[in-house]
Formats: sequence, C-alpha cells, structure tokens
Amino acid sequence: MVEAAAARPASPARPGAALAQGFVTAYLSVIVLLPLAAVVWRAGDGGRRRLWEAISNDQALAALKLTLAASVAVAVINAVMGTVIAWILVRDRFRGQSVVNAVIDLPFALPTVVAGLTLLALYGPNGPVGVNVAYTRTAILLALLFVTLPFVIRAVQPVLLELDREMEEAAASLGAGSLTILRRIVLPNLVPAILSGVALAFARAIGEFGAVVLISGNLPFRTEVASVYIFGRIESGDPQAAAAISTVLLAISLAVLFGIGGLRRWATRYERA
Amino acid sequence: MTGRQKPAPNSGRGGRYVLRVAGLGYLALLLLAPLSLVFWRTFEHGLGPAWGAVSNPAARHAILITLVITAIAVPANTVFGVVCAIVVVRHRFRGKGIVNALVDLPLALSPVVVGLAFLLLYGQSGWFGSWLTEHGIQVVFALPGMVLVTIFVSLPFVVREVVPVLREIGTEQEQAASTLGASSWQTFRRITLPAIRWAVTYGVVLTTARALGEFGAVSVISGRIVGKTETMTLHVQERYQAFDYVGAYASAVVLALLALTTLVVLNVVRREEPRGDRAEPGHEAVR
Repeated sequence: MVEAAAARPASPARPGAALAQGFVTAYLSVIVLLPLAAVVWRAGDGGRRRLWEAISNDQALAALKLTLAASVAVAVINAVMGTVIAWILVRDRFRGQSVVNAVIDLPFALPTVVAGLTLLALYGPNGPVGVNVAYTRTAILLALLFVTLPFVIRAVQPVLLELDREMEEAAASLGAGSLTILRRIVLPNLVPAILSGVALAFARAIGEFGAVVLISGNLPFRTEVASVYIFGRIESGDPQAAAAISTVLLAISLAVLFGIGGLRRWATRYERA
Repeated sequence: MTGRQKPAPNSGRGGRYVLRVAGLGYLALLLLAPLSLVFWRTFEHGLGPAWGAVSNPAARHAILITLVITAIAVPANTVFGVVCAIVVVRHRFRGKGIVNALVDLPLALSPVVVGLAFLLLYGQSGWFGSWLTEHGIQVVFALPGMVLVTIFVSLPFVVREVVPVLREIGTEQEQAASTLGASSWQTFRRITLPAIRWAVTYGVVLTTARALGEFGAVSVISGRIVGKTETMTLHVQERYQAFDYVGAYASAVVLALLALTTLVVLNVVRREEPRGDRAEPGHEAVR
C-alpha cells in the first residue's frame, strides 16, 4: 500500500506540537515506562544470586515449563484451527456467517475470568455432559485456546480476502487438484499472516491469568502457570521473586514478537524487492 | 470483515463441508456452548435469585467501582490515544520507535505483572511509598491504584485504531485548511477529528471492553476487599470461591451481556466505516 503523502513535520516552533509531544511523553513515562522499570529493577535488586535463585528454583521452573509448553501447544492449534475458521469465513458461504464472524471477537470483549467460568461450567465438576477437566492441564489448554482464538483468524482473514484467485485458477487449469492448490499456492501466501497471529497468540497465552486461575486449580508443579506463580509470590510478600519471573516472561514475549517479526520480513522479502 | 468470495468451483464439496463442520464445531464447543450454559444456569431457577445476586450491596458496590474506574480510564486513554496518534503520524521526532513499543507493551504483558509493577511503585515499600504515606495518599489497595492499572492495560486501543486511518487520509485536507488560514486547533476540530471519528469510536469501544474486563492487575493492586475495592470481575471470582454459584454466574452474565453489547456496537461501527481496511483487533502487523 503506498504510504500517504509524507507527513508534514510540525515546525518545532509551534507550541501545540511541543505540548502534544510533551503530553505523550509524560503520559507514557508515568503509565508505562516507570512501572516497567520498577519491575525490571526489582528483579535485579538483591544481586545476581538472588535473581538466579528466584528463577531456577523448582516451582518457578515447573511453572515456566508448563506455561511455555501450553502456549506452544495452543499456538500450534490456533495456527491450524484459526486458518480453517478464517477459510470458512472468507471462502465459504453459509447461513449465519456474519454472526459467526462477529462472535470471533468475543474473547476480546469478554472478561477473562468470565471466560474461565464458562468453561468451568461446561467442562468442570458440575458440567452437564459428565466431562470434568477441572484442575488438569487440559483445562489450561482450553482456557488458553479461548482467549487466543481471534488472533490467527483476524490475521489471516484480510490476507485471504485479498488473495488473487488467478493463481489458483491457473493452477486448476493446469490440472492441479484442490489439495495441491491449497498446499502449494494458497498456504505459502498465508504463512506470514499465520505467523503474525501465532506470535500474538503465544505472547498472550504466556501471560494469561484470569481464564486460568479458576479452572486450573493452580496446583504447584502440576497446573500452576507462570502468572499464577507470580501472583503467589506477590501474596507471599516476595516481590523480588515475582519481579524476577515477570522479567523472564517479558523477555520471552519480546523475543517472540521480534523473532516472528523478523521471520515475517524474511518470508515477505521478495514482495519488498 | 465478512467479505466473501464465491467458493472455488472445483473445491471438493466434501472438503468444504469437512472444513465447515470442523470450524463451526470448534467454535461451538469452545465459545458458544460454555457461554450459553452460564446463561442457562443463571436463570435456571428463575429471575428472582439471579436478580438478588446482582442487587445485593456487595454486587452493587462492585458494579459502581467498575463503572467509576471505566469512566476515568476510558476518557483518559481516548484523549491520549488521539494526541499520540497525531504525534506519531504527523510529527517528526526521534524516539518514535520507543513510543510505538511503549504503546504496544500493554498488549504483551501479563496483567499480574502490571499489578506488580504498580505495587512496586506506589506500595508502602515502593519507590514512592514513603512520599505517599507522608502525604496521606493511598494508591494501592484503593481506587487510584485500580484506575492506574486499568489505564495501563487499556492504553493501546485508540492509538492503534487511529494511526492507520491518519496515515491513509493524508495531510492534503489539513494542509488546505492551513493555507486558508485555519489555526491548528480549528484544523484539528473540523478536519482531522471528523475524519477519524469511526476509528476513535472503535477504539473507545475496545478500550471500554478491556477496562470492564480487567482482572489480573486489579486483583493484585486492589487487595480485593469485599464491598470496598472489588470490581465486577473480582466479585465473580469471590462469589465462585464462596461456592455461591448463582451469584458468580449472575455477575458473569452481566459482564457477558456488556461484552455482547460491545460486539454489536463493534459490528455496527465496522459497517459505518467508509474504508474496509482499518486494522482489526488482533490484526496487528508484527513490527
């Protein structure tokens, strides 16, 4: 998309510009930068040994491993199901399609604790279908799948919409079956979008708290995710350990976002040639 | 975003149905069935118990606290969002990358970490702790702290909705107005603001939904004192842990109804949008 005419830079002499920039800087510093600095600083406060102990003790490691494993699993499932659902929303036609499309945003609008509660109602101890996954790792997967649902779908949908059908039609006219067309023409074009969605879903999943806290039972070493562990450390009056694990989570999020960003740029390198 | 295309003529009918069933089944099992069950369970024994569950003092106070927090956080982030979007798109200055990163950060952080961060700043042993105690100001375990964390988590939405629209509409009209003698403020009020109004509306709706639904950060910062520092989301958890399932479900239903209203408004705004390529929530290009 061609960028609109280059933005006219505000002359520094205009008082409005300086005021606006000052406001933005102040707001962001007070609301975002300062609190974040406090966490990172507190993590290291107390020396490297305490930081290492906080990160490498058994319970913390268990929580981190569980969180990462669950988030990776959820990312993979989302990559598949998200693409499927994006497909049926764009390439298929059925009654109620626009309602389904609207419902996709529900996890963005619904409070996480309510999401967890609804899953608990259906798949928990008092559920009507006799399925009970409360206090299990499956429950964690369910909760994370709920809250990360929209990311891949909303990333893939616009790309699917804009996809040029000519390539597929050309392939069909050359004798390719639907599966081949899918595999060799459509999917490669969707990969950057899927990767974006997966990165966002992953970053969201590793930090999820509200949806997990009711349904997982938060059993240490079994169903305790990193965010719940951090919460526990805060409640136990150990903010340094909490800050240490928080910094680890933050580092992972940033690494994934930047990593996938780089991957996307590599995957689309020919489009920018 | 329901652009549809004619199904490819040679896509196997069987394949198409399989995909449809798989996709819709997944959505039904994950989203629709659980939510419907909660609605059902809430009104199972009639309207009476459900109404009682949300009209008792603790629940009413929780609703009030939630509304107060939202009424502060949303306008603050709306003003910031519009100004920040203009600054990022129309101004030239060093550090734009940092501004973008800071604005996006709330989307990548766990809410519990957010609560911890503000606790470390304004708690008793925090950076500003002693100053606050000296002046008798209570931030943590009180409303101000809850407002601050809610502002943090709901910060990005207006900015991210307005930025692409501002980029797309370009500066021609604004420049024209300027050459005709309009002041910055006039240009803003009569050219820029109307052009971004749907993006702002969309962002405001997302911000509100996020503020209403905040749980982890307020859980840490509020102390969860029933009847004093409970939001509706905290109230849901408190009722559930007290084995008051009807109470928990009823409060959850109130929140769910607000969420569904959000969805409806979002869809209406989407249709009003003159351009169809505004960023979707979640359709954020990974920078």
